[in-house]
Amino acid sequence: MINQPQPRTSTDDRVIGDVIMQMKDITLRFGGVVAISSISFDIREGEIRAIIGPNGAGKSSMLNVISGFYRPQEGEIWFRGRKRPAMKPYQVARQGIARTFQNIALFEGMSVLDNVMTGRLNHMNPNVFLQAIWKGKAEREEVENRERAERIIDFLEIQHIRKTPVSRLPYGLKKRVELARALVSEPSLLLLDEPMAGMNVEEKEDMSRFILDVNDEFGTTIALIEHDMGVVMDLSDRVVVMDYGKKIGDGIPDEVRSNQDVIDAYLGVSHD
Amino acid sequence: MANVLTSVGDPQSIPALLRRNASQFGTVPAYREKEFGIWQSWTWGQTEQEVEAFALGLIRLGLKEGDFLAIIGRNRPYMYWSIVAAQSVGAVPVPIYQDAVAEEMSFVLRHCGARFVVVGDQEQVDKVIEIQDQLHQFEHMIYLDPRGLRKYDHTHLHQFSRVQEQGRAARDELMDELDVRRDRLNYDSTCVMLYTSGTTGKPKGVVLSNRNVIETSKSSSQFDSLRQSDDVLAYLPMAWVGDFMFSIGQAYWTGFCVNCPESSDTMMTDLREIGPTYYFAPPRIFETQLTHVMIRMEDAGRLKKWLFDVFMRQAQKTGSAILDGKPVNVVDRLMYWLGHVLVYGPLKNTLGLSRVRVGYTAGEAIGPEIFDFFRSLGINLKQLYGQTEATVYITAQPDGEVLSDSVGKICEGVELKVDESGEVFFRSPGVFVEYYKNPEATHETKSPDGWVATGDAGFIDSDTGHLRIIDRAKDVGKMADGSLFAPKYVENKLKFFPNILEAVVFGGGRDACAALINIDLAAVGNWAERNNIVYSSYQDLTSHPQVMAAIQDHVEEVNRSLMDDRMLSGCQIHRFVVLHKELDADDGELTRTRKVRRRLIEEKYRDIVDALYDSSTTVSTETEVTYEDGRKGSIKATLEIRTVPMDDVSVRLAAE
Repeated sequence: MINQPQPRTSTDDRVIGDVIMQMKDITLRFGGVVAISSISFDIREGEIRAIIGPNGAGKSSMLNVISGFYRPQEGEIWFRGRKRPAMKPYQVARQGIARTFQNIALFEGMSVLDNVMTGRLNHMNPNVFLQAIWKGKAEREEVENRERAERIIDFLEIQHIRKTPVSRLPYGLKKRVELARALVSEPSLLLLDEPMAGMNVEEKEDMSRFILDVNDEFGTTIALIEHDMGVVMDLSDRVVVMDYGKKIGDGIPDEVRSNQDVIDAYLGVSHD
Repeated sequence: MANVLTSVGDPQSIPALLRRNASQFGTVPAYREKEFGIWQSWTWGQTEQEVEAFALGLIRLGLKEGDFLAIIGRNRPYMYWSIVAAQSVGAVPVPIYQDAVAEEMSFVLRHCGARFVVVGDQEQVDKVIEIQDQLHQFEHMIYLDPRGLRKYDHTHLHQFSRVQEQGRAARDELMDELDVRRDRLNYDSTCVMLYTSGTTGKPKGVVLSNRNVIETSKSSSQFDSLRQSDDVLAYLPMAWVGDFMFSIGQAYWTGFCVNCPESSDTMMTDLREIGPTYYFAPPRIFETQLTHVMIRMEDAGRLKKWLFDVFMRQAQKTGSAILDGKPVNVVDRLMYWLGHVLVYGPLKNTLGLSRVRVGYTAGEAIGPEIFDFFRSLGINLKQLYGQTEATVYITAQPDGEVLSDSVGKICEGVELKVDESGEVFFRSPGVFVEYYKNPEATHETKSPDGWVATGDAGFIDSDTGHLRIIDRAKDVGKMADGSLFAPKYVENKLKFFPNILEAVVFGGGRDACAALINIDLAAVGNWAERNNIVYSSYQDLTSHPQVMAAIQDHVEEVNRSLMDDRMLSGCQIHRFVVLHKELDADDGELTRTRKVRRRLIEEKYRDIVDALYDSSTTVSTETEVTYEDGRKGSIKATLEIRTVPMDDVSVRLAAE
């Protein structure tokens, strides 16, 4: 008799480690608009952390703050026990934080393989001369990078479109290619901006499976934004709920689900 | 290795052939598989070691002689090694269709009482776990791909590579045992057990001995002069006897290389990369390829389309004759050569068929037009006729004697007779041993002196000496007016149209024929796109008036061609309906080898069939469907029934 593992719970045997990233009192303003107001939360190593909230709650802004695209006016970001100075997105990427985008940002004219290979950029030798003559170290590196890319392609089951230009792919597959590109950089923190937006049920199931597998197999810490409550509750270990730039809930899915503020934010509340 | 075969002469088991190949062709590739974007290969020498390691691992886990070891997964070298490893330790390998739903899988696993199961990945692990309560003998499961399985309880679950490692570690201790068991194998020991999909009833386990497999491999390899340097692409289900013969039987006999695709989705790309010299495909694959070629030519530029049309006409005229070495005049030869440079060569290359020296199609009758298309390109495509009970080969077409409407000459060593009712019987060294645990069925099919009933109706053409199969014996019938009714013959004519994927014709014992038709989503969808026809789903597309009109044209054309056939002119289709769902093996409507289960379909779509035979113009129906994960749902639809104008026939009938 073979026992199948139980569905994931917050108490299962996965190693959820220490806090890897901590957001302290983050405030982000665009002129007079307060997109994020004094939000704090943390992300632990090895967990799947979801940020949810109604439209305009500031979720994407929060992700952009983490990825260094927006610089918050107030607050501190602590990464791996150190306060992070103001950084450009590419510097953040070099720290091992990779992301996907809500409205896919791939190189449309390039093949899937080439797109995935761009994810290895931070692992490539910057020596232009060596790259140009493609000898010695440059060649060895290329082989190694290709090998990593192929493992991810195999993992995400996109072998059949390896040589297909991205522009010819359907939406669901493009999303998967984007995930592949983010994964191939071997990130320690992976940010997913609405990975299931616009997908049908089957594609959502596939994507959920891949996200869980990535977390399981590579132990990658994942922070994701998602609209689909069902998906979020099934996938994540802990959930942050935002509404109008404020944090209104934080905890394991069950706690969040029963939180009155969260219910109000999602279902609306009568003002009489 | 110190031990010597106990019998003199030729090796008498697959493991013995492996040993022969490892010593004779030790350094040439035996297996290739594309993984991580690169073709990985294993020589015969390495293969022997891999198989041996796994066999030792199996002994260590407690696999005994006479045990059954089920194999569920796509074609991968490891899966083939599992088969040979199981044989080496004296167990019986049982490959199972990997896309079988849990219920079917449960039946087969219970029936053979498999103690060990080797599977590909988590999906199959889960499927077996789901049904394990019903499997009393089941003990150990071994998987290839560890992905997603890390957290499973590993007391009875093992990773393939770990089993091999443990086998290697225990080599000193267990090698003698393995040698003893391997040497006990002889011509009478069971080589494999294959479950026939069966167009009716529960699957039956066909037991094939080493004699069956090796003798048949020997004679068929000679027949087609297969060489050690040949390449095959192993992509057909491992549970199918054809794949077993090509990828194990003949591969081990001649020592050629078996290439496994990266995944089922990349099959066409892999086919092109490998360029097999020996190729096997059921008619459906050729149909699909032809449909794709035609669709893409529709989209091609004018010049290309013109070239294609001109040279394909030329090819149809002389291609087959040139291939068969018949006399063809110089001008035609020159044109054909030009066509080869401009069209046929590149086309064959795109299809991955440039290097094919021997190609076969079997399993179903192939539309003559499809067959001729490939032959006219210069591909030596032939037909053979066989079944699991015969270890495939009953008849096959020799090079240069290929007819689109025959299945070839009687193979060497095979005796064949046709009884009064028209059913074909054969006797050969390939005749199966028995149906496992089913003596009644064995008795019904196989007479004590070794004659086996094929269940097919056919006759030997007196001019050519070729066997021609008309239909399944039980499907061939008479219509109400006494004229011959051969449904498959008509269905095949319909299926040649790229728009039609599947057709089921009714009419036995009735006054007229009627058809259920499945459209081909790829072909019709493409056509819809080009003609700006908007549709939201398969169901929506099937009911589109223009689609109905197109299908009606096809039906009328089939009727016209049937009218010319004196014997079958009664089979013209009077009324038809385009089904709202694709016939699917998961719903039991097709077998796993995609043969139509006629009776079941008639039962399931009773309301539609009834409506075809009354005067209604529409029919509302609700159909149960099974999803891939085994859940069930239902589709409701109102279908239009078309009546095909039958002027000529009715006039003729009125005159009589």
